[in-house]
Amino acid sequence: MSIGVDIVAALPEVFLALSAIVLLMLGAFMRELSARSVATLAVGAIGLATVLLYFGGGRGELAFNGLFVNDAFTEFMKLLILIGSGLTMIMSLRSIDQERMARFEYAVLLLFATLGMLMMVSANNLISLYMGLELQSLALYVVAALRRESLRSSEAGLKYFVLGSLASGMLLYGLSMVYGFTGTTSFEALGQIFANQEGLPSTGLIVGLVFIAAGLAFKISAVPFHMWTPDVYEGAPTAVTAFLAAAPKVAAMALLVRVLMGPFIDLVDQWQQIVVFISLASMILGSVAAIAQRNMKRLMAYSSIGHVGFALVGLAAGNEAGIRGVAVYMAIYLFMTVGSFAIILAMRVNGRAVEGVEDLAGLSKTNPMLALAMAILMFSMAGIPPLAGFFAKFYVFMAAIEAGLHTLAVIGVLASVVAAFYYLRIIKVMYFDEAADSFDQPVGRELTSVLWISTVVITVFVLIPGPIVEGATAAAESFFIAAR
Amino acid sequence: MSTWPLLSLVTFLPLVGAFFILTARGDEETVATSARYVALWTSLITFLLSLFIWFGFERGTAEFQFVERVEWIPSLNIAYHMGVDGISMPFVLLSTLLVPLCVLASWDSVKTRVKEYMIAFLVLETFMVGMFCALDFVAFYIFFEGVLIPMFLIIGVWGGVRRVYAAFKFFLYTLAGSVLMLLAMLTLYFITGTTDIPTLIYEAEIPRNVQLWLWLAFFAAFAVKVPMWPVHTWLPDAHVEAPTAGSVILAGVLLKMGAYGFLRFSVPMLPEASAYFTPLVFTLSVVAIIYTSLVALVQNDMKKLIAYSSVAHMGYVTAGIFTATQQGVEGAIFQMLSHGVVSAALFLCVGVVYDRLHTREIDAYGGLASNMPRYALVFMVFMLASVGLPGTSGFVGEFLVIMGSFQISTWLGLLVASGMVLGAAYMLLLYRRVIFGVITRENVRRMLDLGWREKTVFAPLILLALIFGIYPMPVLDVMSASVENLINNYQLALGEQPAPNLLAQLLPQSWGGAL
Repeated sequence: MSIGVDIVAALPEVFLALSAIVLLMLGAFMRELSARSVATLAVGAIGLATVLLYFGGGRGELAFNGLFVNDAFTEFMKLLILIGSGLTMIMSLRSIDQERMARFEYAVLLLFATLGMLMMVSANNLISLYMGLELQSLALYVVAALRRESLRSSEAGLKYFVLGSLASGMLLYGLSMVYGFTGTTSFEALGQIFANQEGLPSTGLIVGLVFIAAGLAFKISAVPFHMWTPDVYEGAPTAVTAFLAAAPKVAAMALLVRVLMGPFIDLVDQWQQIVVFISLASMILGSVAAIAQRNMKRLMAYSSIGHVGFALVGLAAGNEAGIRGVAVYMAIYLFMTVGSFAIILAMRVNGRAVEGVEDLAGLSKTNPMLALAMAILMFSMAGIPPLAGFFAKFYVFMAAIEAGLHTLAVIGVLASVVAAFYYLRIIKVMYFDEAADSFDQPVGRELTSVLWISTVVITVFVLIPGPIVEGATAAAESFFIAAR
Repeated sequence: MSTWPLLSLVTFLPLVGAFFILTARGDEETVATSARYVALWTSLITFLLSLFIWFGFERGTAEFQFVERVEWIPSLNIAYHMGVDGISMPFVLLSTLLVPLCVLASWDSVKTRVKEYMIAFLVLETFMVGMFCALDFVAFYIFFEGVLIPMFLIIGVWGGVRRVYAAFKFFLYTLAGSVLMLLAMLTLYFITGTTDIPTLIYEAEIPRNVQLWLWLAFFAAFAVKVPMWPVHTWLPDAHVEAPTAGSVILAGVLLKMGAYGFLRFSVPMLPEASAYFTPLVFTLSVVAIIYTSLVALVQNDMKKLIAYSSVAHMGYVTAGIFTATQQGVEGAIFQMLSHGVVSAALFLCVGVVYDRLHTREIDAYGGLASNMPRYALVFMVFMLASVGLPGTSGFVGEFLVIMGSFQISTWLGLLVASGMVLGAAYMLLLYRRVIFGVITRENVRRMLDLGWREKTVFAPLILLALIFGIYPMPVLDVMSASVENLINNYQLALGEQPAPNLLAQLLPQSWGGAL
């Protein structure tokens, strides 16, 4: 296979890599270029990459000697990642100036992180998996600590780095175990080996699988590997937190699905227990621990832990409906998260960012439209129909019922009731409480437009479920075509 | 008219009104006034449109009518399917009737955030009507749950002192029940491959052991909504704290959603499980009737008293439904409609005095008959209708339910009937303490009698309570074919035995002994 074909197959990635390098050069050598312009250019690059991805049909399925794969699943997930990255970067355009972190490296690092995520999704080999994951992680460690003068930001970056490296180490250990016991790193070859073997897999393989699952569970911040999430979310600058909460979660989830449903599909009996456990633990902890939170960013951290638990219900089901559920869930989660962080970014009083839940008090009087958007997002996160969040849960629980995981489903829906409590509390603070200081107005074109996009997607999903559901269905099918 | 998507029109017209109110601009007073008028006109036009359903409805058939069907999520075989039969149609009318009255009743009493208030009510109307019309599980569930959003806000924003507690309790209680129903619906979907309600009613055959689990899941959702003892505790809180119009909708329509669920899902789709659990339902209903009546006797808060009386009245409804006799089920539905009118009106009555004195303490009043004679008359009509005096709508429903219960077991009939006596006790006590006696307080003496707007609100409700008490046939005609069909299918599913005998076998000795 010629290198040209390979490059065409990975065109969006190649384009992103080149633009990141060009922007790095621009930033380094053109001192008069403001960080905002670099970030705007980066948003443009992501937009173009999206176009390349969306209209670049007819790419080869495998590229770079089978290290890289393209199918409906990667396409759907990459689209989500690019949308998530793009929207969160647009949101941060104003905030990087306000938060005194206007450095051109910000946008460049986020571009590299996005590139890493795309690579993760397309990984078809243990090596390319690790490469994509590390590219993403390293860029994000730095971004989390971007506000060097802020103690909290540095602490968040360091924590993220230390714990992240630990997880990467575990992952790498797992990968080497799998390689050691099978002699290959290719997903196809691994899948063949597991499909052809008789009896139980060897203990070494199981240990390797568990380590891989643990490493990836860290990246999606599933319980019991979630400890970094609240601290990093709280400590990192809000714009960075928004980025962390959206696209990387989608990418890591896609990677987990790819690994477990791809090469390890025949070990489903082994990994299903693990996934059921981390799903249950994440749903319960995410729901219960968030109740006591008074900081919006910490609350969103626990909320994201809970959401990951719900999405994992789909993966635990391990069937086509389950993968569709995961894909739909991540799509809707992305828009809900982006929208919520747009509001958190808008929480500024007298030029200073505030983060407490109580700071939202009386928002329905001081800024009714913002409060309405937040209420819609919160009801959606709680899974109340007719908003999109309900359908996200609907699809994953549908898969769980189909797979006969009734206990998981029952505990899951009850956890969602508990979780509803803290989402309702935010609505209560906004609508029932007396008004506090009003937020600085106007919140800015960037935030308003992102907020509009996410709220409209969440609201009209009930009328037009087509695009997301069809895409997710196609994505799920791509795992099962070979089996048919 | 048949080419019009009448049900969708009635369902979604209020949303259009809500959208207009949302876009209203101007200073606060102008927006409030226009919001009131838009809400009133929208809900009135919706009511007029729903009259077309009433008159265009073909009596004497159990078919679903005004059916609309549009593909919604084709890959899952889920459609937007609407239609009404004799069981659901009256509730659509009840909902569309109560909303304009609520708007009128809140005309002056709601002064803050009128715009949002009216939007919440119109959105609520859409969800309520949609729920009664939906013939697809997913659509049903969306409407069923969607109701929580506006109601949560109505209680929480415009409610009383403990409104936050009440709103949360209401929301979480109901949500906890309904999510289990969602799982049951998904399970049904995987057994039968469809979410279409008529198909499930007529064709679904579900193994008995699965039925039992599904029934319990549905029961969790509907029992909370009804509410049945012992999961009724959210209701007094929600009623007491909600603004008057919120209580009216809560008592008038939302409580009916649970019982409607039993009629639409539990009994026709899970007949064997329904038969199996009938003793449980009877027990809980009887406890509800007697226990909550006794609780109502000692209340000092007017709204709380009426709230407890609602629980007792809904006890008749659940008992009636599960007798699975023509009289019992028709009585249950009639009782629901009557309760929808009467208890809604009673909450409006409380609202009238609350607007003037801003307290719901019974002891704060007394002697209103002398300075508010018209109010005393109106209150008396509804009080007697609630007690079930012959000639009022309350009598017909309760009488039919008691008849149905006697066919099942004398004991059941006796215990259910005891509720009428207790009901008379607490309602008459309430009436005596509020209306009769000598006025001792200056602020009570200064209270004014009903204004013209209040009279307008009460007039249609009085008419309905009296007309349906004297001549209930129009309502019974509408539902009889559907009810008959429901019972026939139910007995067919239980093996072509007449239901009472089979039920008698299942009942414990204390229930069945009298047969």
